[in-house]
Amino acid sequence: MGFDLRKIGPVAWFWIGAFAVSLVLAQYAKGWSKAMGAKWLMKVPRDLRIPMKKDVSVFMDWLVEGAHFGLFTFKDLTRGLSWLIEQPYLLVKSVLVTGWVEGLGDEAVQHLPPLTWIAVIAIVFAMGYYAKNWKLAALVGGCFAYLAIFGQWQSAMVTLASIAIAVPLGVTGGLLLGIAGYRWQWFNRLLQPILDLMQTVPIFAYLVPILFLFGFGPVSALVATVVYAMPPMVRITILALQGVSPEIREFGVMAGCTGRQMLWKVMVPSAARGLMVGVNQVIMLSLNMVIIASMIGAGGLGYDVLTSLRRLDIGGGLEAGVAIVVLAIALDRLSQAFADRAPPEHMELETRFIRRHPWMLTCVLIVLGTGIAGIFATPFQTYPSVMEITTGPFWEDLVKWINVTFFDQLEAAKTFMLVTFLVPVKRFLLGLPWPWVLVLVTIAGWQLGRFKLALLCFALTLFILVNGLWAKAMVTVYLCGVSVVIAGIIGIPIGILAAQNKQADRIVAAFIDTLQTLPSFVYLIPVVMLFRVGDFSAMIAVVLYALAPAVRYTAHGIRSIDPHLIEAGIVSGCTKRQLLWRIKLPLALPEIMLGINQTIMLALSMLVITALVGTRELGQEVYIALTKADTGRGIIAGVSVACIAIIADRLIAAGSLRAKRRLGLET
Amino acid sequence: MKKSKFLMAALGAVAAVGVSMGSPAVASDSKEPIKLTLHDWTGQLITTKLMGEVLKKAGLNVEYVQADYIAQFAGLKTGDLHVAMEIWETTGRDSMDEATATGKVENLGETGMQAIEEWWYPAYMKEVCPGLPNWEALNECAEAFSTPETAPNGRYLGGPVTWGGFDDERAEALELDFEVVHAGTDAALFAELESAYQRKAPILLWVYAPHWAPIKFKGEWVEFPAYTAECYTDAAWGSNPDMAYDCGKPRGPIWKVAWSGVKDKWPGAYAAIKNFKVSNEEMGAMVAAVDLDGKDLDAVVADWVANNESVWKSWIK
Repeated sequence: MGFDLRKIGPVAWFWIGAFAVSLVLAQYAKGWSKAMGAKWLMKVPRDLRIPMKKDVSVFMDWLVEGAHFGLFTFKDLTRGLSWLIEQPYLLVKSVLVTGWVEGLGDEAVQHLPPLTWIAVIAIVFAMGYYAKNWKLAALVGGCFAYLAIFGQWQSAMVTLASIAIAVPLGVTGGLLLGIAGYRWQWFNRLLQPILDLMQTVPIFAYLVPILFLFGFGPVSALVATVVYAMPPMVRITILALQGVSPEIREFGVMAGCTGRQMLWKVMVPSAARGLMVGVNQVIMLSLNMVIIASMIGAGGLGYDVLTSLRRLDIGGGLEAGVAIVVLAIALDRLSQAFADRAPPEHMELETRFIRRHPWMLTCVLIVLGTGIAGIFATPFQTYPSVMEITTGPFWEDLVKWINVTFFDQLEAAKTFMLVTFLVPVKRFLLGLPWPWVLVLVTIAGWQLGRFKLALLCFALTLFILVNGLWAKAMVTVYLCGVSVVIAGIIGIPIGILAAQNKQADRIVAAFIDTLQTLPSFVYLIPVVMLFRVGDFSAMIAVVLYALAPAVRYTAHGIRSIDPHLIEAGIVSGCTKRQLLWRIKLPLALPEIMLGINQTIMLALSMLVITALVGTRELGQEVYIALTKADTGRGIIAGVSVACIAIIADRLIAAGSLRAKRRLGLET
Repeated sequence: MKKSKFLMAALGAVAAVGVSMGSPAVASDSKEPIKLTLHDWTGQLITTKLMGEVLKKAGLNVEYVQADYIAQFAGLKTGDLHVAMEIWETTGRDSMDEATATGKVENLGETGMQAIEEWWYPAYMKEVCPGLPNWEALNECAEAFSTPETAPNGRYLGGPVTWGGFDDERAEALELDFEVVHAGTDAALFAELESAYQRKAPILLWVYAPHWAPIKFKGEWVEFPAYTAECYTDAAWGSNPDMAYDCGKPRGPIWKVAWSGVKDKWPGAYAAIKNFKVSNEEMGAMVAAVDLDGKDLDAVVADWVANNESVWKSWIK
């Protein structure tokens, strides 16, 4: 594949030139600016700064203390909401964890025990069978059995209780917002940036105000979870409703549907399959939040992970972490199976399906039977602790063995990566004068999306500038950039492999699912033990977490290529290699770009976590603000992360769209 | 179904029968549960459970609530949470001051434990660097403490930037040939220590007590010129005439704080919490029993309560 210079267009020439200039600038700009007495080129001058964090803090204080609607304050409103959310939560919790309890604190008296472990396993088993087949039943039953056998039951049920509330809330809220967005264009336009912010502002940034408004405890954790997990549901709802075929709509009109009937009896049921994908996303994201939620009082598995790792009990942390994965797998497969069943009408909690089912009776019998038996013999109620097993010591010994045996080799590899890749990139980015970066980002916006995108890029970059977060933002870009490149280098080939080989696909899917739901804390600590505190450890954690979309989208992109095109390639005598490089990859490029886009989003969302191993970027700024309870500082830093995310997202989306048009995939 | 002792035993902490011993001091206390916050390190869990169990003995209704160390102040201000048993002078001072300044949170005095924080090295490093623990020996062995990234300077692993501690300033003021690297959390900090200790590799880092690390790993604190208030404020003080921070770190108390409404709602508990005192040694032994010997935390607390009746009886008088 020889390069033909004539093929390079003027735009590409411009960027090659810009890159060359950047290289020179990064090397010498610092010296020049000093020599010319123009230090402002490197460091954003104070006069340019508009410190918004004070205003934000003042506003938040007002919201919490002063905001008034006449009869009640804003806080009364949120506290009322909090109470409303708490009631169903307490109900579910009493079914799964505490039993029916009367009284407060340690004066509580238990009237009814919670569901026994045998009963819960029987119920999920029945649901699995109902939703699909014996295989699924065995899988989900096995998942829950893991929880009992490895001694995670109590915590897992606490986590399950909060998921059982967060998911319906997120789904209902997302559905309603999505419907509103579908109906009214203006609402949709208003909604999009808010959704972007909800997804990209790190949760730590608004944790303190949430605690003020919703009180301390599980409800705040639930609210934070819903905020984080809802956006995909909204987006998918809008897409799914737009995707309902016009024939169905016309049919509804002909049948004389009222507006309401049209929506609930025609549109929503027809879009149900798409909507279930959203439900699935809400479940997965809610489980992602388990660790952070446990920091503000949700307890459960997340708390176990945190405490174990604080004691450096790697095995204990891993087992609790795997319990989260197992829970995620069980819920994910169940919800997918229900989705494939083409569920009647719209979503309800799964119990409704059971009610119409003969399995129901069996379950009731098991619940009552084991419940009564549990009163006389504890093992029926609670899994006996003597039968619990743990693999903890094994993992500890494994890490120790790797540490003692291979440390020098690992250290050498790390030093090599640092010297040849990480450090030069960091120097390059930090050496660029800010006006130059501002100009380049704006030009990129102009080329891909004309005036609107250029303005957006300019404004968001300016926001970071005036808040005096430039250096930290550049470190953020560096850390994310480096991680995304590596994630791409690893992920895209794996994706290609998975798309072409069924066997590999299955293994890869399981691996990727685990990586995404296993709390990053679990592997962060062993990584620190092997690679020490610093950028390299952070990078490994980010790559591991952000790998998934690069693999998934690549595989999806290649799989969804029109088979005729590939056949055409084979007919015209392409070798396997040519087939891949000349046909499959270019055609899958738009999808791959979207995958990279998602990788960037995930990498950015990991920043707050990597700050815990001592990186110095915006994530750290958010974290510092949290530990100092400085609301304004946290929100501004959080929004700056969102700015970077939005710029990257818009540029790549515009690029992907152009690529699609050029390939004739979309007009 | 009626309440049964079985279920309660099975459910452990979730539901327990209130034991009423009704001492007169707490007769006027509210019957509502008083909420004590639990964080994620063993020492704090023990302190809080000790207090909680003693309050239960005094007939109070106690509830434990999981909360983040710093974020809990939001709850303490509004009265959603009531008592936090360990606020370290060294790490929680800012948040505590900010909260007490609002008048909604009250400092209930010292716990009796002293937080020690200082540069620390494992005992095997003494063979490499025999001049230790005197800080002046550090420069002679800077190379021994170095890593490829910092050589020829030594590497010192500091705590998270949020802990403060002025280690960057200290290294500069004492002209130490060390680079200060900050860990992000204490889990990361001790992960590095564990890793180095397994390999008997050189390491110099921030360790604090009461904590399991200085019990599990043999080692010593570096002896810097002792801290005085002037050292931090007056540049002229100490070996470096132009810079402050040319001394060790202060050793500060660990405080107890509470929502300001506790005084009126649970006056008996308020007094008992104020009286609460344990020493570093007692706490260290309990932390070691849990984290190193793997004993059940509640059992360790119960043991202490059983063996120190005269001590806690005096708190709730």
